[in-house]
Amino acid sequence: MEFSNLIFYAFSIVLLFSGVMVVTSRNPVHAVLFLVLAFCTAGAIWMLLHAEFLAIAIVVVYVGAVMVLFLFVVMLLDINIDRLREGFWRYLPLGLLVAVLVVFQMAVVLRGDYFQLESLAPPTAPAANASNTQELARELFTHYAYPFELASMILLVAMVAAVMLTLRRRENSRFNNPVDQVRVKRADRVRMVSMPTERDEPAAPADAGDAPPAEPK
Amino acid sequence: MMQEFIQPVADLFGPVWPLVWTLAKIVGIVAPIFVCVAYLTLAERKIIGFIQVRVGPNRTGPLGLLQPIADGLKLLFKEVILPSQASSVLYYLAPVAVLAPALFAWAVIPFSEGWVLADINAGVLYLMAVTSISIYGVIIAGWASNSKYAFLGAMRSAAQMVSYELGMGFALVCVLMVAGSLNLSDIVRSQGTGTFASMGLGFLSWNWLPLLPMFIVYLASGFAETQRAPFDVVEGESEIVAGHMIEYSGMAFALFFLGEYANMILVAALTSVLFLGGWLSPVGFLPDSFLWLALKISFILFLFLWVRATFPRFRYDQIMRLGWKVFIPLCLFWVLVTGVWIMSPLSIWK
Repeated sequence: MEFSNLIFYAFSIVLLFSGVMVVTSRNPVHAVLFLVLAFCTAGAIWMLLHAEFLAIAIVVVYVGAVMVLFLFVVMLLDINIDRLREGFWRYLPLGLLVAVLVVFQMAVVLRGDYFQLESLAPPTAPAANASNTQELARELFTHYAYPFELASMILLVAMVAAVMLTLRRRENSRFNNPVDQVRVKRADRVRMVSMPTERDEPAAPADAGDAPPAEPK
Repeated sequence: MMQEFIQPVADLFGPVWPLVWTLAKIVGIVAPIFVCVAYLTLAERKIIGFIQVRVGPNRTGPLGLLQPIADGLKLLFKEVILPSQASSVLYYLAPVAVLAPALFAWAVIPFSEGWVLADINAGVLYLMAVTSISIYGVIIAGWASNSKYAFLGAMRSAAQMVSYELGMGFALVCVLMVAGSLNLSDIVRSQGTGTFASMGLGFLSWNWLPLLPMFIVYLASGFAETQRAPFDVVEGESEIVAGHMIEYSGMAFALFFLGEYANMILVAALTSVLFLGGWLSPVGFLPDSFLWLALKISFILFLFLWVRATFPRFRYDQIMRLGWKVFIPLCLFWVLVTGVWIMSPLSIWK
């Protein structure tokens, strides 16, 4: 067996194990961390296919950004694990149906002759110094320029919509303008007063402030 | 010459030699980093002492040079306490998850012409991936400690790191647009070419000058990413005591400490490689050498300590404002400017 096959099987075992643990682990935080492991392992398997850009992008995007926010949400929400497990048997048939459909679709694409995968020429091995990123960028900005722009517009619209849906202006929230704060001069805050330390006239009679009250209340 | 000494050893190991040789190189990179980390802590105390007109540690060994070793031994012999109700596996995993990414990144850093462990095409991407996973250690530490202070610290830290990663990423985009490559060695080499380099004034053609706003953004984001002053609300000694590592003691705490300083050295090394010309010599008549890189890293590290001794801590909302409302629009604008500049006849990179 080739060494890269060995690595592939090792990563596959880790990937499957972490996938199962995502679903079965009792603690939601552990589940999210297993999902992180699954993403990293998937990235490593893509790396074996010489897809280094995608392999690193999945780590940057999913592990570095998406899962961090996910972890936040899971940690901050008070999730009752027993309530989540209540509907397990009720949802099982539906889940199994979806699983069977997914497997069926994959089998049609990978095994069937509808797409004639057998007749395609096997991909040629990339040159030793080929840059995956450059190739991808060239395709994306020449052949697929319009679909790429369209996808980015859809993402932008979704982002604006998400912000507008969750934005609520609070009437009583206070805001300091940092520009004003930086521009402040000493004269705006402090007033220097020149006055003698002691007064010449005798102090007021001591009945107001410092005399103890005559009788306790 | 080197080959003659290595060849008999290589024959001894036979087919596993590449593995052994790579491991030897990894040890050759990691061991000096740990020595640097140890003496960076001493340098920090000495330099801040100097700035504040104090002496600093001077009793352990000559000039206090054995102080880091004494500190290390003390931490090693202390008991590691596991808080009750803590999630024990994650609790012990967190310090490792903080330290390890700070060491992963050194795989792609070129120390001199050809002196790099993994000379990969996607070097900058790899760096972004590796630095983005270091946040997990902090979050896990905050959550697994089962303590409110630790959790608050972890939340602050995570929000801060996510915000400043974007600015850092855009600064990197500008650098790789100018260099035309994701390979760190190529980025350094590209800084050695251009109008000023051919005049013998190499330091003017390094990226820091043409990309000055990005250099500042990268350096400030580096301070924020490593959670050093003035962005140290995570530790915030006067408010939340020590942030995510409050419950840790002994060697577990020491690993967090090592991770923080290893990250500082990493950011300094990256700034030197991306913006200050790596191993290139500043002027034409001096040879390029690893020593230049060491000098540049030391200068950035000194900057870290200088800033810590000089500036007060940012308020939290101002940290967020700086990251999202100042750095990101500036970066987006400068990406555009750089693109137009490269394509215009005024380009200095051709």
